[in-house]
This record gives sequence, structure tokens and C-alpha cells, in this order.
Amino acid sequence: MSLFAVDGLSKFFGGVRAVDGVSFEVEEGEVFTIVGPNGAGKSTIFNLISRFYDVSAGRIFMDGKDITDIRPDEVIGHGIARTFQNIELFEHSTVLQNLLVGRHSRRGTNFLQNLLFLPSVRAEERAHRHEVEAIIDFLDLQAYRDKMIAGLPYGVRKIVEIGRALACGPRLLLLDEPASGLSVEETQDVAYWIEDMQKDMGLTVLMVEHDMSLVNQVSTRVLALADGKPIALGTPAEVQADRNVIEAYLGIEEEAA
Amino acid sequence: MRIHQKTSYDDDINLFEDRRQALWYLALVAGAALLPFAVSGYFLGEVTNVLILAIAGMGLMLLAGHTGQPSLGHAAFLACGAYMEAWLNNRGVSFLISLPAAGLFAGAVGAIIAIPALRMSGIYLAIATLAMGIVAEDVIVLLEPYTGGVSGTFVGAIRLAGFEIDRYGSPSGFYWLCLAITVLVALGYANLLRSSTGRAFVAIRDSEVSAKAMGINIARFKTLAFFLSCFVTGLSGALMAHFLGAFNYEAFLITISIQMLLMIVVGGMGSIHGAFFGAMVVGFLPQIITGIRQQITMTAIPGLDTGIFAAILVAMIILEPRGLYGQWLKTRIWFQLFPLARRDLFRRHKSYLKTERLK
Repeated sequence: MSLFAVDGLSKFFGGVRAVDGVSFEVEEGEVFTIVGPNGAGKSTIFNLISRFYDVSAGRIFMDGKDITDIRPDEVIGHGIARTFQNIELFEHSTVLQNLLVGRHSRRGTNFLQNLLFLPSVRAEERAHRHEVEAIIDFLDLQAYRDKMIAGLPYGVRKIVEIGRALACGPRLLLLDEPASGLSVEETQDVAYWIEDMQKDMGLTVLMVEHDMSLVNQVSTRVLALADGKPIALGTPAEVQADRNVIEAYLGIEEEAA
Repeated sequence: MRIHQKTSYDDDINLFEDRRQALWYLALVAGAALLPFAVSGYFLGEVTNVLILAIAGMGLMLLAGHTGQPSLGHAAFLACGAYMEAWLNNRGVSFLISLPAAGLFAGAVGAIIAIPALRMSGIYLAIATLAMGIVAEDVIVLLEPYTGGVSGTFVGAIRLAGFEIDRYGSPSGFYWLCLAITVLVALGYANLLRSSTGRAFVAIRDSEVSAKAMGINIARFKTLAFFLSCFVTGLSGALMAHFLGAFNYEAFLITISIQMLLMIVVGGMGSIHGAFFGAMVVGFLPQIITGIRQQITMTAIPGLDTGIFAAILVAMIILEPRGLYGQWLKTRIWFQLFPLARRDLFRRHKSYLKTERLK
């Protein structure tokens, strides 16, 4: 059975069919990429999965459980963490504190224990820090550990977002355009990290991405969307050769020309 | 130049950076505890007032400074605490019970206010709480059987473990009581901030969308922030009742709410220190201005003292938007780096422009 699945997922904004009957399954351990021109509904799918939008039709399943009607803050409890296309970090906190917020869903103490800072709270803080330090090492963020987000360059912020999602300890990681705005070298780093997440950490990745070199390098399977509808599904090479995909990106070839 | 080398995770978890800093704070508390032996009764009363203001400031700071929910009606929660304390005290209830009861009452009212407030943010929340503050003034008058209406109410001495503590009869005792509560509230506040609850509050302030994605239940934590903020403000109100001795609704007018907000902004938003700095400014500065004016002329010109006070506050906010605590940090770093501080060390620069799009 697949780890994650959506079935007939649809989202209508008034008359606009942003996502229109999309179904796919993500197998455990694969990197599943959604591609498509602007406005194809890629980010809307992510926002539906994160439950920021309510679905108009269709169901979402994680690990066999229907998560279509849960609250946004319960999504992480089912093992799904995400990043945002237009970075949504906690600006006035340090990198370390941002990553520690990622551990929120794993907290085992309540506010009264926090208020008194009982030994159990200290033990928990140390454990969280230990987990977060592993992520800092993995993503090479040591130099930025105590820096405020507000002063960091764009590329580093992107990485911190990935780190914060990893700190949640997810089984399925949603990456919304992880390479947008990054340099060639930074994109290459992201590609290696995604490979490591998949192979060493055993994570399943669902990604939206425009950078085809990154898509080709890391994706197990690719789903192409256009105008909210799926048009092709297969390996990166298959999808790129697909006639519908070429049409969606470049327009219909004039026979007369 | 001092370099602090961190060697364990506990260095980031502990309340104080190192032993040296802990000793400084210990010295500060010890100095404060010894103050009654050094100063006159009048000045001690003023310092007591500043402590009570600082507790109220910490209450509002938690909500406005750390959770990002502005409140322009916080004097209403001061009133909740003050009237509850007076009511219980006049029925012979011990301070050990009446003080927490006053806090819990204000906290409960705050948690109820939080229910509609969950749907609002920013300027809309500020206006809603402003309206609540104005309504509260009338509610106090209407609840005459409990509050004494327009003529107000009296509150007797504090009964605590066989002692009777009165603001005038035993000013030192009252001062120490306020100091102890201030220290306890500050410790609890600092503990919250260094644990997951505090991080959740700050997360909500900086990005609600992200906070949700990280699994933070926004409704629960906003309600908790309102409860804790109003609880602490209620404690301050209870102490204020004893400080005033007799009071009516005029002690909790909307101007007091605005004064509280002013206090935390001038002190420095988003820091516990800011509440204390702000309380000192609001508590001492008007007195200092009046003192200086009296040296020049004894004739009081209506509005002059307040005008000068306001002008100084405006200047403070323009020159240092991060408040007195921000200035304090800069001064400290200047000395720590001496003589290596650069003039533009704190110049703020935007590395890139954030777009308006939500997701």
C-alpha cells in the first residue's frame, strides 16, 4: 500500500477550477515531483494537503487514514511536514529557535511544567536540541545557529526552512519549490540533501519544482499538471518526452509552419 | 573584551549566560531587598508603584510583545484583579487565597475575551480591546453592589500568615511583598520563554501560517496567552488595590490601558526587561519633570508637565524604536567589544524584500 494518496482532489475558487480531479499515490521512500506551468495548481495541492484550504471534492489519505477533514495543526501529527514557496520563517528568532519550533509537535510537557521549568522540561529541551543539532550538521548551518533570521540571505533562509520541516520528524516531506531563487551551487546542494533524505533518512519527499535539472536528478516519478488537471505521470524522462507536456509548456505546434 | 565560550546545551537552556551574569541579577535583587533601609517612606512608595506597574507591564508584554496580540483595554483586567481582591479582603479572606483568586478571575475573563479575539488580529484586535476597555468602565459603575459604583470601594490591610501588612502602616512589608511577587512573575515568564510554550507564542506572533504547519494549535495557544497575560495583570491589579487603599472606576480608565501599552513600547517590545524599563519611565519620569519644573517656577501651568513627558516619550520612540532595552543592549555590547565597536554595528539592513503573497 502506498504511503500517501490523494483521490479525485479538487479545489474551486468560485468558477476557477484551480485543482480539478487530481489523483496520485506516493510510495514509501520515493521522491515524487509535481511539475507544471504557472497557475497549474501545484501550490494549491500543497495547501490542500496542509489543510490551509478545504477541499471542494476528493479525499486525502496518509498511511491509509483519511486526513481530509483534520485541522492544519494536526497534519504534522500524521507525519507530514512542509516548506513554503515564499519563505515563512519566524523572522525575529534565531535559526536555532526556528528549528526548535519544529520540534513542537513532539513536546511532552505542558505550560505549567514549562512555567516551573521542572527537570523533565530541561531533559526535554536537551533532547530537542540534540535532534536539532543533527539537522544543523546535516544542512551545514553551524555558522548561522545563533543568527537572527531577519539578517540572513535568501539562500540560507531556504535551507533553514527545509531544516525546520526536518525538525518536525516527518515521514513525508512536502517541499514547495526548494530551488527557486537559489544559485546553481545551492541547487546542487539541495539535490544532494534530497538524495540523502531519501536514501539515508528513509524519508518520502513530495516536491513541487520548476528547475528541471533538479527534477531529473532526484525524482523517482514526476506528475505533470496543466490547468489543474493531470496530463502525464511517469519517470522524469517519460514526462519530458510526453506530447501533452510539451504542448502545455510551449503551446500547440502549428502544422502549417 | 569578554568572549563567552559555550560548552554544553545547558548554556543555552539556563536562565543566565554564565555565573557572572547570575551574580549581577542576584546583586540587583539583593539591592532591591535592602532598599527600605536606605530610602525614605515616600520614595519607597514610588518604587513599590513601579514594581506593581512592572508586573502589569509583564502581563501585557506576554500578550502584545511575545504573542503579537495588541490590547488597548488591559486596564479592565487590572480592575478585575483589584475589585476581586477588595471584595475578598473585605470578607476576611487571607491574602494567600485572595491574590491567586484575583489573578484567576482576571485570567478567566481574559480567556473569555480571547474567544472573539481569536478571529481578529492587528489593528482590528486593538480596536476591539479598546472598546472592551471603555465598556469595562461602565460595567464597574453598574456593578455597584460589588464595586461600590461611582463612589468606589475601600480595601483593608493584607492578612498574610498572621501578619497585617498595610501600605502606610508597614511600607517595608508591602514593598517586600510586591518585590517577591515581581521576582516570581519574572522567573515564571523567563521559564516560559525558554521552553516550548514560549516558542509557540513567538511563532504565532511572527507567522501564524508557519505556526500551524509546525503543529501549533493557534486557538489554544492564543487563549493560553490571553489567560496568562490577564492572570498576571490581575495580580498587579490586586496589589494596586492595596497600594491605592481606596479606588473607584477612575483608577482603570482607558488612559491607564494606553499608559500600559506605552510602557512596554518605550521599555522595548518583546523583552521582559522592557516591562521594567517602561515601568520606571512611567513611574519616575513625570515626578522628575515636576521636580525640575518646581526648581524653575512654582506656578504650575496646566498641561506643561504632561506635555514635556509626552515630548520625551515621542523622542524616545523616534530615536530608539526598540525601546530602552534595545538601547541597553547596544550600550552593553559597546562595552563588551571595547574598543572595537563600529558606528554602524546596529544599522538595520534588509537583505531582501518579502513579498506580500501569503503562501
